[in-house]
Amino acid sequence: MSLPEVLAPWLDGPRAAELLFPLLALPVLALLLAPLLGARGARLLTLATLLLGLGLALAAAAALTAADAPLVYALGGWAAPLGVVLQLDGPAALMLLLTAFVLSAVGLHAARDFGVAAVGRRATLAFWMLLLGVWAGLNGLFLGRDLFNLYVAIEVLTFSAVPLVCLKGGAGQLTAAFRYLLFALLGSALYLLGAGLMLGLHGTLDIGQIAERLGGLMMAEGVDPAAADESVRMASLVAVALMSTGLLAKTALMPLHLWLPPAHGGAPAPASAVLSALVVKGSFFLLFRLWLDLVPDLRALDVGLLLGVLGAFAILLGNAMALMQERLKLLVAYSTLAQLGYLFLLFPLAGAGGPAVTAALVQVVSHALAKAALFLLAGRVLAAFGHDRLPRLDGFGRALPGTLLVLLLAGLALVGLPPSGGYLVKTLYGQAAGADAWWWRLVLDLGGLLSAAYLARILAVALRPPAPAAPGTTPKAGSRVGTLGLLVPGLLALGALLLGLLPPSLFALLDIGRADMGSATAVAEVMRTALTPAVFWSSTGPVLVVALAVMLFHIGGDSAWQRGIGAAGRELAGIEGDLREWRVAGALLLMIFLAQVLAVLP
Amino acid sequence: MTLSVTEAQLYGLCGAGLIGIGLYGAILGPSALRRLLAFNLISSGVFIVFGAIARRGGLAGGAASDPVPQALVITGLVVAFAATALAVALLIRLAALQPKTARSSPLAELAKRRYDAFDPWGGGKA
Amino acid sequence: MPDLPLPDARFADIPLGLALLVLALWLIATRRDRSAVIGFTAYGLLVAVVWVRLGAIDVALTEAALGGGLMGLLLLTAAARLGEPRGQPAPPMFMRLLVGLLCVGVTGVLAVVVLSLPTPAPNLVAAVAEHQHTTELGNPVAAVLVAFRAVDTLLESVVLALAVIVLWSFAPDAAWGERPRTLELGTPGPALVLLARLLPPLGLVVGVHLFWAGADDPGGPFQAGAVLAAMATLMWLARLGAPPPVQSRLTRVGLVVGPLVFLLIGLAGVVAADAFLGYPEGLTKPLILIIEAVKTLSVAVALALLVAGPPALPGNHLPSRAAS
Repeated sequence: MSLPEVLAPWLDGPRAAELLFPLLALPVLALLLAPLLGARGARLLTLATLLLGLGLALAAAAALTAADAPLVYALGGWAAPLGVVLQLDGPAALMLLLTAFVLSAVGLHAARDFGVAAVGRRATLAFWMLLLGVWAGLNGLFLGRDLFNLYVAIEVLTFSAVPLVCLKGGAGQLTAAFRYLLFALLGSALYLLGAGLMLGLHGTLDIGQIAERLGGLMMAEGVDPAAADESVRMASLVAVALMSTGLLAKTALMPLHLWLPPAHGGAPAPASAVLSALVVKGSFFLLFRLWLDLVPDLRALDVGLLLGVLGAFAILLGNAMALMQERLKLLVAYSTLAQLGYLFLLFPLAGAGGPAVTAALVQVVSHALAKAALFLLAGRVLAAFGHDRLPRLDGFGRALPGTLLVLLLAGLALVGLPPSGGYLVKTLYGQAAGADAWWWRLVLDLGGLLSAAYLARILAVALRPPAPAAPGTTPKAGSRVGTLGLLVPGLLALGALLLGLLPPSLFALLDIGRADMGSATAVAEVMRTALTPAVFWSSTGPVLVVALAVMLFHIGGDSAWQRGIGAAGRELAGIEGDLREWRVAGALLLMIFLAQVLAVLP
Repeated sequence: MTLSVTEAQLYGLCGAGLIGIGLYGAILGPSALRRLLAFNLISSGVFIVFGAIARRGGLAGGAASDPVPQALVITGLVVAFAATALAVALLIRLAALQPKTARSSPLAELAKRRYDAFDPWGGGKA
Repeated sequence: MPDLPLPDARFADIPLGLALLVLALWLIATRRDRSAVIGFTAYGLLVAVVWVRLGAIDVALTEAALGGGLMGLLLLTAAARLGEPRGQPAPPMFMRLLVGLLCVGVTGVLAVVVLSLPTPAPNLVAAVAEHQHTTELGNPVAAVLVAFRAVDTLLESVVLALAVIVLWSFAPDAAWGERPRTLELGTPGPALVLLARLLPPLGLVVGVHLFWAGADDPGGPFQAGAVLAAMATLMWLARLGAPPPVQSRLTRVGLVVGPLVFLLIGLAGVVAADAFLGYPEGLTKPLILIIEAVKTLSVAVALALLVAGPPALPGNHLPSRAAS
């Protein structure tokens, strides 16, 4: 028998669902073997397992496409509500693929830097094990549909993500890690409480079964509103609000972002890439499941609007703060906060049907690729100069031309020029918003222009004549930043930039298991006009104008820039700094919970 | 209205109260250790709510307590303990990094306004 | 199934609930960290009593071993090592008021939800009872943990093993390969040494009993592991032994053998029982006993190492403790 024949029962047949549990078991197995192999073996083990896992994710996606319906696997043969069930649908398959791809890419890129000779046995063993832990947690999150199973998965993720922040072991990083841990734990506790209340209300933890019961209650609403069912329905929505609040804290949606800039800005570059590209998407994906799959009719509630407004706030404030950062890695971290905001426009716009869901999923992919590339590149700058402070990086483009070029490519994908993923996101969200809700489009456009501005600022710094020799203004002698290291960031950046050129039929994967979505058609429709001169220039023109303005402004040097930011900018930065104060953020967490409760009440 | 509270309701309310008290301590606690302690109060409040639910379910099903939420609490307790151990280790490590003369909380940073001065690479030391 | 009437709160429950709340308030309000930590240990024991009142003996045992015992040890060590931090300025009044109001609001919302839980209460008692016989276990909680929700238990023991490696990774590079020294808190007093000589044999018996009884009566790997870990840490604290260095191969095997065997038996289930994490008929009880035995070992190793802290260089004694 040939190999395709042997694999047929799994790829296109009755055993397809058996591809689900290995996606969870494989990283867990590697994670348990790694401490036995020690630091030296852990690297090879992780890389080999990641490539195997990438193949497994591809196989699962192929099997899902062949089945054209969600794949379901009951663990131990026990059906819900007694047992725990795994499920693979289109969005989950996308996330699995993305995770395996980005982790493999980052792993290959980091293979030289994270070896025993370079960073010692402690950091080597920890780094590779933590990559496996992140992977196991994320796969559990994407495949899970049992609320408590999802809680355990999210704890695996948190326990792996937090120590990535402080691998270097400096006081700043340890402080950032503690902050991240404590805030994430508060989030976990709220999530767990919500899950427990669901069990008490419905006698099951299975998202599908709860959704069914809630759907029934929604139907009954008009018939007998005075019934006890109504109080169960309201209590269920409060439970969702609890879980949602916990997940918002873990996703670092502004203004609950106190932990993200120091954590993502301080971690080693490959760790930052994983944290920013993937880890925060894990808790977002669970929010997606809760509000779109568990709650039967998000449209009937105001909570979508609330989440959307927070998203818009994140887009504007995150981008504005990115523009004002002095350190390149912090700039990239604030850009992550803004890009997370785009994900949350899903919730007010999801009611309109397909395009918003497609847009959010494309945004997840586009940002993951571009941001992983940007953090890896920032790591290269840091390795070459020993610091990443923009005011002292004048002319870094001359020393690292390749790095600058790839950085611009990844940046353009975030700005949203056609045919990048960012362009798809903006256009699809715009369609979902329709003609009346112009403010969402305004936020999207402003966000794009602000991203263009910070990109132009980096470009201006890179192209300025180098300052007279002073410590930190020229690359360190013997710094190892070979061209080979551009391979992975280049691949990731091109992926984000050319996402729209993928055959639209591939996007049909996203629709499997979801009603009224037409991703393939929607993407084809957008891309049909994207590269016509009229559309291309109408989206590129304003970006060019803003970029040129920022660059002209920058000719005067960084002090002119500082003056340009002015008192208003400093005031804004001050307010943002206050939001990151522990007590303020804690109070905001409670306020956002109570606001969600109010928004789910009729 | 007669005041008739079942024990499950009583402990459920008690759990809700513990969560509120714990949240206050986690947000305004005077030191990092105390915030960690408050997190444990929240966790225990959450678990007691689980316990109340297990009790209600158990009695309705003819047992002392529903085994499923009990199992979840056991899993949750172990996870919460591991999390606390990690947080404690971080605190102790931070304290060791702090100069011995500065007897302030190593995490006074946490409460500092305008928390900006983190330089994770220690001024260019690679 | 007859719907039993819910018993009214008996007179013991109201004082117990109130005591819990008052103690919690005191823990938040008291000035010194050290007293708060001691108070928290007492709180853990009180919570264990609550679990007995709620009819959840399995949880009560876990809470007593973990919440009262190991957690107390962990936090007391932390308080001793951290010293009393210089008091931060109290938050401004408006902030205390605002956060207080918000917390009252959250509690209020939760109270409403708790009181609106449906009657008759949805539950899985019957579902567990119906299928429990396939596991050949008499304890329904054990059946849920090791069979029906095996994946959670597996992932949770993975979390424990991962947490230990993470804890070790907090060490300075120079200390890698050393042994943990967080518990080296100066010379142990004679009472502690006596306790550490007397308790462990007793704890060993209790631990083994908890593991063995756990199949049919309350108890199980977590409770047994927690008791064994408490005994080990007590001996380390009294300097009757020392935690192993992080390079010890044996320690690492002990750490991962529980989840690893669990996972491998689960994978074998794909072939033998046609389901990942399923057990083949006839072999169920022996397989479960193997899993629980190695899990007890791994839980004990992991919990003890979590209390012992990251590896440190020798001479890492307490920083000067002028305040205490």
